[in-house]
Amino acid sequence: MARNIQSLERAAAMLRLLAGGERRLGLSDVATALGLAKGTAHGILRTLQHEGFVEQDPASGRYQLGAELLRLGNSFLDVHELRARALVWTDDLARSSGESVYLGVLHQQGVLIVHHVFRPDDSRQVLEVGAMQPLHSTALGKVLSAYDPVAHTEAVEGEREAFTARTLTSEADFEGVLDLTRARGWAADVEETWEGLASIAAPIHDRRRMPVGAVGVAGAVERVCPDGELKPELVAAVRDCARAVSRDLGAGRF
Amino acid sequence: MTDAHTTGPFIAAIDQGTTSSRCIVFDKDGRIVSVDQKEHEQIFPKPGWVEHDATEIWENVQEVVAGAVVKAGISAADVKAIGITNQRETTMMWDRTTGEPVHNAIVWQDTRTDALCRELGRNVGQDRFRRETGLPLASYFAGPKIRWLLDNVEGLRERAESGDILFGTMDSWVIWNLTGGVNGGVHVTDVTNASRTLLMNLHRMAWDEKILSSMDIPAAVLPEIKSSAEVYGKAASGVLKGVPVASALGDQQAALFGQTCFSEGEAKSTYGTGTFMLMNTGEEPVNSYNGLLTTVGYQIGDQKPVYALEGSIAVTGSLVQWMRDQMGMIKTAAEIETLASSVDDNGGAYFVPAFSGLFAPYWRSDARGVIAGLTRYVTKAHIARAVLEATAWQTREITDAMTKDSGVELTALKVDGGMTSNNLLMQTLSDFLDAPVVRPMVAETTCLGAAYAAGLAVGFWSSTDELRANWRRAAEWTPRMDADVRDREYKNWLKAVERSMGWLDENTGEE
Repeated sequence: MARNIQSLERAAAMLRLLAGGERRLGLSDVATALGLAKGTAHGILRTLQHEGFVEQDPASGRYQLGAELLRLGNSFLDVHELRARALVWTDDLARSSGESVYLGVLHQQGVLIVHHVFRPDDSRQVLEVGAMQPLHSTALGKVLSAYDPVAHTEAVEGEREAFTARTLTSEADFEGVLDLTRARGWAADVEETWEGLASIAAPIHDRRRMPVGAVGVAGAVERVCPDGELKPELVAAVRDCARAVSRDLGAGRF
Repeated sequence: MTDAHTTGPFIAAIDQGTTSSRCIVFDKDGRIVSVDQKEHEQIFPKPGWVEHDATEIWENVQEVVAGAVVKAGISAADVKAIGITNQRETTMMWDRTTGEPVHNAIVWQDTRTDALCRELGRNVGQDRFRRETGLPLASYFAGPKIRWLLDNVEGLRERAESGDILFGTMDSWVIWNLTGGVNGGVHVTDVTNASRTLLMNLHRMAWDEKILSSMDIPAAVLPEIKSSAEVYGKAASGVLKGVPVASALGDQQAALFGQTCFSEGEAKSTYGTGTFMLMNTGEEPVNSYNGLLTTVGYQIGDQKPVYALEGSIAVTGSLVQWMRDQMGMIKTAAEIETLASSVDDNGGAYFVPAFSGLFAPYWRSDARGVIAGLTRYVTKAHIARAVLEATAWQTREITDAMTKDSGVELTALKVDGGMTSNNLLMQTLSDFLDAPVVRPMVAETTCLGAAYAAGLAVGFWSSTDELRANWRRAAEWTPRMDADVRDREYKNWLKAVERSMGWLDENTGEE
């Protein structure tokens, strides 16, 4: 058997101990039960407490399982919660950018559009909530692939179809784009998925800095990318929106 | 946002709401520049009684105005006007010489005047003043609350009759204080707030002397009735000193205005804890024979007043909260959509949330909540679906009543409020109404309406046409349901509604 890390084994034993029998245990109960010195037990308990896996009752000083453990098993962010939190910010992004706004999350091998705000003109538009977009060619998909390891695996292992002449299909090119995305904090798609369309997207993080989705604008390439240059104020607006939604998730969740 | 808002000028809107006071600064495009908000205490002295401390509210209003102006980084010189919108019907009285409230404000939800309202109905019943006021005699409205204060606060009637006491809904209280309070504050209300007192004649836009004498309320306490959009006075102190106070609208009417429902037949529905739907019926009040209220929509300066029909649903967002807090089926309100989306239909279950009786169009206080159509097949996901469908069907019932009363077919429904983030609900709504459902880009339609009215009054915006041009569609849901499915489902819903009625034995309300 490979050598295991002793303190992790001890921490696991503590969690099992707190999970069974009496709900709250004092430091000496834990130390005695596991045959540890009080100082050692205390160090581990404090670390677990810091991570939220253990909580200490302020009155009695006894320990119990922490709320973080419950969240571990069920920690995905509900996409409808994400939409509710993003609503105000995405409205404002559509209004300031003059383009359509999309909010996407990873779903199976693609990007699921969970929220869509119309371009603020009087044109007829169709709500695209529920539609799927490819991971490797869209701005939303690139952001998810750059930040979410699961999305990355899907995009690298999946087929990367060439939708247009500009679609990057080789793994090296794709990884290069993801590096760039991580370095600057946003991604773009200039006619790589649809002819005539360009988009810009940035990541949304939850309070534990986990990537939970991507938000972006999409519009005619002539407007989003005039003279072959992405409009810097659009990039800034998208990133501001992503930060605002992330802040909202961090401040108010649970 | 990074694109700097135009350097101004701006309009500040104050929303004195049921749970909090807010101030939002808007730019010329109707975009939000800054927001500040503060909650106030809900006081429950007895079951069914709800009060607010009006002094606390005025302090909060001053704080949020200062907060929003500071956050926007602007000064009084950048603000062209202040608009007011407010929780409707909440009633207070204060001493004009000291500015002290004589009692806590009695909140619209407070039911202490139930018995008084029945007594005032005499042999006619709750429709005794409907022809003049458009309203049934019900405990929400301000008139009976004034009478309760006069009867129950010691010495108040004498002081009121000698002219020392002022009555106001929250618009009047905020405007009086803003414009100087004991030092020359103006004592006014607007037509929309006045139309919720049970004391104003809808046809003449004036206090109705006959009703005043029936309710035994001295005219001396009443504010002057003004239009919804005109300069009432100027802010006498604070960060916005010298800025014109130029609009007042009850919150639901403000949302109608903010949604730019300026044409006859245009309607908006606000989905919050409860739901309020208002339809613009043009320059003539439409009597309702289908359980709706007739009310004033708005009046711009010396133009003719515009009327509205109103229908309310008591339990919509609060049903989702109930599923979360009482049933524990979901952890957050948004999860109702996740749960409901996991099935394709309601599995035969229908949920009639008549927790405190049925409101429009039935007005049955003997009804109580029912989940009908249960079989072994039904799961909690079906119930979640039935929860969302309940909100959609109740909206359908109100639009049907509006069509019957006004003769105008609904072409599209403009929606706002927290529940509009629920995509499944919005699609279901469109399916059940068989009409497009449209969400505007600025969700804060209530504050926006107050800002629009104030901006019109000072010429910041030139006309309602210009405001319409500001309106932006953020999303639109179109009907996808087959007509025969819709008809069958509606029939089932109506059967379930039938089963909720008559649950209470003793009839505590009117039939």
